[in-house]
Amino acid sequence: MTRFRTAEAPARESRVTNHGRSALIALENVSKVFGPKTVLAPTSLTPAEGRTTVLLGPSGCGKSTLLRIIVGLISPDTGRVLFDGEPLGPANVDEIRHRIGYVIQEGGLFPHLDGVRNVTLLAEYLGRDRAWIERRLSELSGLVRMPRQLLQRYPRELSGGERQRVALMRGLMLDPQAVLLDEPLAALDAITRRELQTELKEVFTRLAKTVVLVTHDLHEAAWFGHEIVLMRSGRIVQRGSLEDLLLRPAEPFVTEFVHAQRADPRLAAA
Amino acid sequence: MQPHEPGSRGWLLAVPIEGGMKTFLLTLLACACSGALAQQTLSVGSKRFTESYILGEIAVQTARAAGAQAEHRQGLGNTGILFAALKSGSIDLYPDYTGTIARELLKSEASDLESLNRGLQPLGLGVAVPLGFEDTYALAMLDSEAQRLGVRTISDLATHAQLRFGLSHEFLNRNDGWPGLVRAYGLPQAPRGLDHGLAYEALVGGQIDVMDIYSTDAKIAKYKLRVLADDRHFFPDYGAILVYRLDVPQRFPGAWAALQRLQGKIGADAMVTMNAQAELEGQGFADIAAGYLARSGSGRVGAGRRSGFLSLLFGNDFWRLTRQHLLLVFASLAAAVVVGIPLGIWAARSARAAQPILSIVAVIQTIPSLALLAFLIPLLGTIGTWPALVALFLYSLLPIVRNTYSGLSDIAPPLRESAQALGLPSGARLRLVELPLAARSILAGISTSAVINVGTATIAAFIGAGGYGERITTGLALNDNAMLLAGAVPAAVLALLVHALFALLDRRLIPAGLR
Repeated sequence: MTRFRTAEAPARESRVTNHGRSALIALENVSKVFGPKTVLAPTSLTPAEGRTTVLLGPSGCGKSTLLRIIVGLISPDTGRVLFDGEPLGPANVDEIRHRIGYVIQEGGLFPHLDGVRNVTLLAEYLGRDRAWIERRLSELSGLVRMPRQLLQRYPRELSGGERQRVALMRGLMLDPQAVLLDEPLAALDAITRRELQTELKEVFTRLAKTVVLVTHDLHEAAWFGHEIVLMRSGRIVQRGSLEDLLLRPAEPFVTEFVHAQRADPRLAAA
Repeated sequence: MQPHEPGSRGWLLAVPIEGGMKTFLLTLLACACSGALAQQTLSVGSKRFTESYILGEIAVQTARAAGAQAEHRQGLGNTGILFAALKSGSIDLYPDYTGTIARELLKSEASDLESLNRGLQPLGLGVAVPLGFEDTYALAMLDSEAQRLGVRTISDLATHAQLRFGLSHEFLNRNDGWPGLVRAYGLPQAPRGLDHGLAYEALVGGQIDVMDIYSTDAKIAKYKLRVLADDRHFFPDYGAILVYRLDVPQRFPGAWAALQRLQGKIGADAMVTMNAQAELEGQGFADIAAGYLARSGSGRVGAGRRSGFLSLLFGNDFWRLTRQHLLLVFASLAAAVVVGIPLGIWAARSARAAQPILSIVAVIQTIPSLALLAFLIPLLGTIGTWPALVALFLYSLLPIVRNTYSGLSDIAPPLRESAQALGLPSGARLRLVELPLAARSILAGISTSAVINVGTATIAAFIGAGGYGERITTGLALNDNAMLLAGAVPAAVLALLVHALFALLDRRLIPAGLR
């Protein structure tokens, strides 16, 4: 792993930060074609470290594909992914996944394991010692406000919100460098979603990890995102803050997308 | 021809398994043990019909009386299975008929002992000890009617054109049946086809006058029939003899000498009487044989009565049969689990392997069980437990492979990907996530195989593997429903128990989160 590189790409697209160290996550010209459909045109992206980047857009815009490419669930047809300077490949993908927390819609919890076992499965497989696992469980259950006794339950015995808390614990178990979340709150009712949005943001702020979150919801994007990356039809349309999207739309689609979701008072306040 | 045996009715076919399938099976079976153990015991086989059971029992008891150890592997399938067993050394001798040996095995018309021995010698086999009676096709009338009309021979029938013939369909169509008989005797009557079982009643009821029978038929005495003499020697010879391995006289000299003395000792009347003792009076084969040997063929009709269902059900052999049945079901099942689950995993993991694997285990399922057994005997060189286990193993594969495959394939993609995204390597994903998620489906497959095995294992009795099927085959041979049920009922109960066992296992083994 080369930690120090010189950068020749423009600063904004660079996979090297200001400090001269490799960016944690760098996507370089990755693209993906499924059959006749180009789900992702060649795209480069370097999410800011220690901050939250939101991939936003209507369904089918390629935002989930981009996220899944980062964690190696989809291999890109062109380009490459660098994690902490290392190109992602079959040889190192599992090791790199241990350094990434990944949370999907409805959690993706294993139904045959209770909450504790879901959270600790990987740590146990990797042979972490019992005391360390125990300590980590306590820390995380405090962090995500998930009572220990609820962790004895199986996923189907938990509410949707509780399942997402367990899934987040699982994602954070090994104290990963990055956390990727794919529509983590989409399946929840409005009240639970609002509650979890608040708590999640607290967690992200507290941990100061590099977070990439996928959502189709403008309000959620505005709430979480230090930077919003708006996508459409497999390409990035505009990057920036909510203000940028509102006041300086890169193309008519941006305004169209924003207006379609503007009925929210919270957004008006923003 | 051997008329009484169900095997001759064509439902156990010569086995048409060739080429690729054979290679596949050979590969599968390459590890299976074969070869009979060194015999210290004279092993006597018999076919699945009354007369053969009795003759086998007479041979066994004769050998024992001469001081040899002897066992009776009774009720083995048809001629083909017995012949294979004899060649492989699984049995040493069995009773058969000259015509059967000539036509079915040597494909020749010459049925004298000399020709038979010439044909059998290259196989290391021979025929000897003509027992003294023939079991062949014959025509029969009610004795009273025959007496009234003065009919004693088949020739006599030609002058009684008014006689009504009710003949079995098989007899009507065989070359050595009616078509030939008409030519040989110039009979003027037009027969009609009639089920053999019904013909006796039709004869007694006066609806027909003449029927075809087997010359040692148990019912000859019961219905007071007269067997008409074949005065022009139309029917081929079906003299009862022993077929034996040529090494028997040297390995069991005492027993062989004693068996020699049976030559010519069993007349047709004695055989009819013994058949009747078994079929009409429900005496055991061993008792009948013992009675015959004690009286040297006097054929005293004993006072035995057919045993009731309950005493048959819990007869002395109950635990032996249960043990054998359980061994057949669960040993084959264990092997199928060990082989089937990896095959199912392979199919689920490799799109290219899936179709061939699933097709092959499905094709195995379409091979009729008796054909598969008959095929496995020469392959394994033995009868009994081994080929039965292998056949049951092969039949068990489909549900296990299929359910493993579908259980793994049906795992929701988000779960599969969650395991992947965690960074678990392939083997760990399989062990920690995918197999536990598919466990219920896999267990259901094993359960299906087990229940089907309980049923299929009854057929293993045809090749001497024991189990409850032994009673079923005996019951079929004797037309004894109580005996048949004494085998079928415990098999059904065992199937229910196995089903319940797996329901319990499901509750024990499947994680609460999946139920």
